[in-house]
Amino acid sequence: MKYLAVITILLVGGLLFYGTPDFPAWGDPQSPASRHVSPYYIEQGYEDTHAPNLVTAVLADYRGYDTMFETAVIFSAGIACLFLLRVYRRKTSQTRLYRHTLTGVTLRIAKGGKLPEGSAEFEQIDSLWVPYDMIIKVCSRLIVPFVQLFALYVVAHGHYSPGGGFQGGVIFGAAIILYAIAHDMRSGFRRLNEKVALLVSAIGVLLFVGTGVLAVLLGGNFLDYSALAGLLHTDAVMARSHGILIVEIGVGLAVMAVMVSLYYILASAGRFDEGL
Amino acid sequence: METLIAQFMTKYNYWAIIGLIMIGLYAMIAKRNLVKKIIGMNIVQTAVILFFVSIGAKQGKTIPIIAYGHGDGGHHAVRAIDYINPLPHVLMLTAIVVSVATLGVALALAVKVHRLYGTLDEDEIAERIKES
Repeated sequence: MKYLAVITILLVGGLLFYGTPDFPAWGDPQSPASRHVSPYYIEQGYEDTHAPNLVTAVLADYRGYDTMFETAVIFSAGIACLFLLRVYRRKTSQTRLYRHTLTGVTLRIAKGGKLPEGSAEFEQIDSLWVPYDMIIKVCSRLIVPFVQLFALYVVAHGHYSPGGGFQGGVIFGAAIILYAIAHDMRSGFRRLNEKVALLVSAIGVLLFVGTGVLAVLLGGNFLDYSALAGLLHTDAVMARSHGILIVEIGVGLAVMAVMVSLYYILASAGRFDEGL
Repeated sequence: METLIAQFMTKYNYWAIIGLIMIGLYAMIAKRNLVKKIIGMNIVQTAVILFFVSIGAKQGKTIPIIAYGHGDGGHHAVRAIDYINPLPHVLMLTAIVVSVATLGVALALAVKVHRLYGTLDEDEIAERIKES
């Protein structure tokens, strides 16, 4: 079996090596990929959209249809994960661990015992006992706001510098995941509930599609943001720039929420009570 | 031999990518553990992403963000030859995030398989299916 695999891979690799002389050289400005549509994007992109970052312009404007379905793919991946792993009948674990926050004493409460739910002095901890680590919690509390601020900057500044909805959304999701890892999953839920997370990703996709439909209703083509000019009180080119921003915010919301809910679902194996 | 060295000097990016594809394919075919197969799939995805990005490169040119495009920097003629190709970057930007999302679905399937059969080894799973 192993030998067969090695032979197959050597055959595939040999075929690919055999094909390399036909490819353009590394860094060749005249390569076929750079000769057809990309010169138009580079030379006309700024006049068409007023977005100096051409990657953002192509992503959200010229190829907006493609990006819309990529966002839909991400959203459906989040939904698929939920349907695969979600445990519908939530079994309450036999024993629960609580920590008295003032003294650090850990209580093990057997099944049927009275749970100190709602008391401010006790917090539930994971059944795999984790010691209290102040350094990690304080550090994450310091880092998380700045990461989130940077994520908002990356989304909002995607026109002018490297960035956009996908990158900013991933950074924002990483900040929430960092918070949930440093504390525990339940305090993550208190900030962003797993149901709210999937709802937010649906809202993100809806924002993208809604912008396209709005352009149709105002008399343009689907996802042609210049039709929004009257609504935004600008000329057609600036309307495309603003349309890109709206769409990028939708992408950022969808990506952020799906990243967070993927973490929730996988780390708790669909039970949404404790994990990592 | 001379031509081979010349080939290597101009096309080493493809060689590295082919190496990565071979590693990933080997993991997908020969490894028995499902998580290792998923890792192999991710290596192949990374290789494809690197392939697209390397296609868009131009020797000694800058990133596709128009210089002097911020505010009223005056009108500068933009020549396509001065900027690298933005199109592969756009395609791969979405592909990276989609690959993370598909990785999540693959891992969820692996968790589901582990929940059903108690193992992630292919042969053991096949035995369990035969037994039942």
